[in-house]
Amino acid sequence: MTTMMTILGPVLMGAAFGFLLQRGKVTSCNVIENQFRLRDFTVLKVMGTAIVVGGIGVLLLVDTGNTKYYVKDANMLAVALGAALFGVGMVVYGYCPGTALGAIATGSVHALVGALGMVAGAILYALSFDWLKAHVLNVWTLGKVRLPDVTNIPDIAWFAALAIGAGLFFWWVESTEARQKRG
Amino acid sequence: MTAITEGYVREAPRAARIDWSPYLVGAGIGLLSWIAFAVFGDPLGVTTAYSRIASLFAVPVVGPEAVAQNSYWKSMPLKWDYGVWFLVGIPLGAFLSAMISGTWRLELVPDVWKERFGPSVTKRFVAAFLGGVVIMYGARLAGGCTSGHGISGGLQLAVSSWLFLAVMFATGLAVSALMFRTR
Repeated sequence: MTTMMTILGPVLMGAAFGFLLQRGKVTSCNVIENQFRLRDFTVLKVMGTAIVVGGIGVLLLVDTGNTKYYVKDANMLAVALGAALFGVGMVVYGYCPGTALGAIATGSVHALVGALGMVAGAILYALSFDWLKAHVLNVWTLGKVRLPDVTNIPDIAWFAALAIGAGLFFWWVESTEARQKRG
Repeated sequence: MTAITEGYVREAPRAARIDWSPYLVGAGIGLLSWIAFAVFGDPLGVTTAYSRIASLFAVPVVGPEAVAQNSYWKSMPLKWDYGVWFLVGIPLGAFLSAMISGTWRLELVPDVWKERFGPSVTKRFVAAFLGGVVIMYGARLAGGCTSGHGISGGLQLAVSSWLFLAVMFATGLAVSALMFRTR
């Protein structure tokens, strides 16, 4: 591997990601908080479009043998508990880990304070890892499964449903927002 | 000329000056995912690399032996890999975008927080720190964050990631409703 691929490549990828997050306004704590208050749907618009566009492309790349899936383990109890903590943390902090790193660079000092908290959280996790491994991470483990595997519904049907569902939802959000702007 | 520009900048509402559609940004992140999968074989993600870096901060806190012997960091030692360089890129890109769009601004207490909890910087910093602790602990327990699970896992139709998305949003909505309830 050349230096180009091992350093410059990921730095540029990260920079593109950070650039897009800032342009998408999701490095703003206000935008994230107002998503959870259902007053601003920017976060869902960005994530939904990323999942549908990214997913269809990656499906094609996998089918043509240009990449493979990198699916995370479905340790259902650990994922559910972790996601619940994550939801609490995201609303209290006002950022998720990636958007926080972007926000720091756009002048958010409280994002930096929270990033130190995230370091503390990672340390606490490492210190409690042995106990978690014995008691939580091994509960209800399904392995690296995908929805098409467990449901026997093909990928293409999932993406068709996702695209139509997201399209209808965003159409409803947009027309509601337009109505509010007029009224 | 300068006076005109400054006058314009003062009058324009800050958020309105980032005018990229959230759908365009989401599509951009989806496209970035194609590159991440096909070229680098490393989906977009933040917290795995973050906890590698956290081990560096853990050395003065728990001592070098404890870090060296910790079973979690043994499986995830500090190394300057793709994910860590990706993290370096995020603030660079966000900074660039903020500079170009003129949206860089020092923020100690965000508006949504100020409206609900007042202007106290200490209060906001304590909450951001604690939120940071909880979000990172949750992310590590779940095995990913909004990027690694939400976008990268979501677009692969991973069972673990859709469980993460559902539980994270449901918890976030509930906590937000409690936190911002009007008395």
